[in-house]
Amino acid sequence: MQELTNKRVAVDRKPMTFMERLYIPTIIKGLFITVGHIFKKPATISYPEQQRPFSPVFRGLHILNRDEQGREKCTACGLCALSCPAEAITMEAAERTKGEEHLYKEEKYAAKYEINMLRCIFCGLCEEACPKDAIYLSETVAQANYTRKSFIYNKEDLLIPNPNETH
Amino acid sequence: MSEQIKVTIDNITVAVAPGTTILQAARQIGGEVTPPAMCYYSKLEGSGGKCRTCLVEVSKGSEKDPRPMPKLVASCRTPVSDGMEVKNITSPKVLDARAGIVEMLLINHPLDCPVCDQAGECHLQDLSYEHGASSTRYEFDRRTFEKEDIGPYIQLHMNRCILCYRCVYTADQLTGKREHGVLDRGDHAAISTCIGKALDNDFIGNVIDVCPVGALTDKTFRFKNRVWFTKPVDAHRDCPTCSGKTRLWMRGDEVYRVTARKDKWGEVEEWICNTCRFDKKQASDWTIEGPSKIDRHSVIAQGHYEGVLKPQNFLPEVIGRNPKLLMNIHDVSGVNKNDIELSKLNGPAHAADFEQ
Repeated sequence: MQELTNKRVAVDRKPMTFMERLYIPTIIKGLFITVGHIFKKPATISYPEQQRPFSPVFRGLHILNRDEQGREKCTACGLCALSCPAEAITMEAAERTKGEEHLYKEEKYAAKYEINMLRCIFCGLCEEACPKDAIYLSETVAQANYTRKSFIYNKEDLLIPNPNETH
Repeated sequence: MSEQIKVTIDNITVAVAPGTTILQAARQIGGEVTPPAMCYYSKLEGSGGKCRTCLVEVSKGSEKDPRPMPKLVASCRTPVSDGMEVKNITSPKVLDARAGIVEMLLINHPLDCPVCDQAGECHLQDLSYEHGASSTRYEFDRRTFEKEDIGPYIQLHMNRCILCYRCVYTADQLTGKREHGVLDRGDHAAISTCIGKALDNDFIGNVIDVCPVGALTDKTFRFKNRVWFTKPVDAHRDCPTCSGKTRLWMRGDEVYRVTARKDKWGEVEEWICNTCRFDKKQASDWTIEGPSKIDRHSVIAQGHYEGVLKPQNFLPEVIGRNPKLLMNIHDVSGVNKNDIELSKLNGPAHAADFEQ
């Protein structure tokens, strides 16, 4: 039969030599490797005291952005929900009335906005689809929790804090 | 007049009746050969010739006079002659001109598709996607207009208007009395009423359907949902004033919007009256025929409503009981609450509508 690769090696069935049957030299060799690692830099870190920097392309928990004046940028255009392959995003839109101009950037805004984190696959397509720079995937991971219902993130959970209110 | 004359469009020959326009002849062939049209509407007399998106090159005038036409012609207003040869997508001149026209149309058109209710079924959106550039060279502020209220049914966004005059012809030819028109000239030309009148003649709702952009939209549907999230179904009812054949845009059992049925050219098949369009927002008012046929290139087809087979649930049979539901999303979610029926509101929802 023609071989597919040239990597095939016949199994060596020769009886072991006396040195091999002793096992001691091999055990000592192994111990040296173990001891050697004590003096090397550990590969792990003590999370959560220490944290690794996120890669710049990391896609974590979503945030909803505000503009410089603290107004919500999202206009509920539905493109994030349309692009979402996991169908995790739902929203309901409302019209901005007089007196709400300081809250919402555009004439139309998302009255309800929800991301089901149980469905989300963190692909980042919502961020790519957003025409208003309103949704971003941040450098945090979704919090672990005991109940399923705590993974339904509504608008208040996702919005970044208003920069004007904290001052 | 029964004699057929031959016209060749992009190397495809078609026999048409004398007096047919190039655009109509191209529509008989169909497909990519058909020039786009923003202002021409086959069901409105006198429409066309304004937007210049349907420009084509006539490389051979006719059998008798084979000279080419010196300039690009508007295919919606130019009748064919025997042996005429027309170039549409095979002519680089036409494609270049069309890209220029799209750029001109977009100069004053606001980039508010995320807010606009027409997005997803907007002809200008499709046109600029196919023919336009992705950026603008225009450096000045766009022309803007004061907001005008034209009644409880129709929302006017003059900023988005491309002055195609379709709505003017519709009001002239369908309704008893036209209340709106294009006022002022040049850069100030605007669709408006004289003065501050409400558009409430019967059949005036059809201006929403003929508008190629989002300048005239349905106020009863305003901001309720995006068109591609609603399910288009064909339905009819016994209407004393119109044919009653409509398209419902539904979500679950809620009727969000009623429009006329549109053909593959985006034109209304049969005009519908205001009662059908604005007042019959109950599923029980209608006899539903089935999902509408939507071109698969349209974003509205993303829901795949046609020919859907509901998968059979075998689980209860296999395990001998109904599966335990770990979480009912409707108990947790604040969206699509049963006690807030957006389709029942007369206008757009406001913050107060969600606080109950």
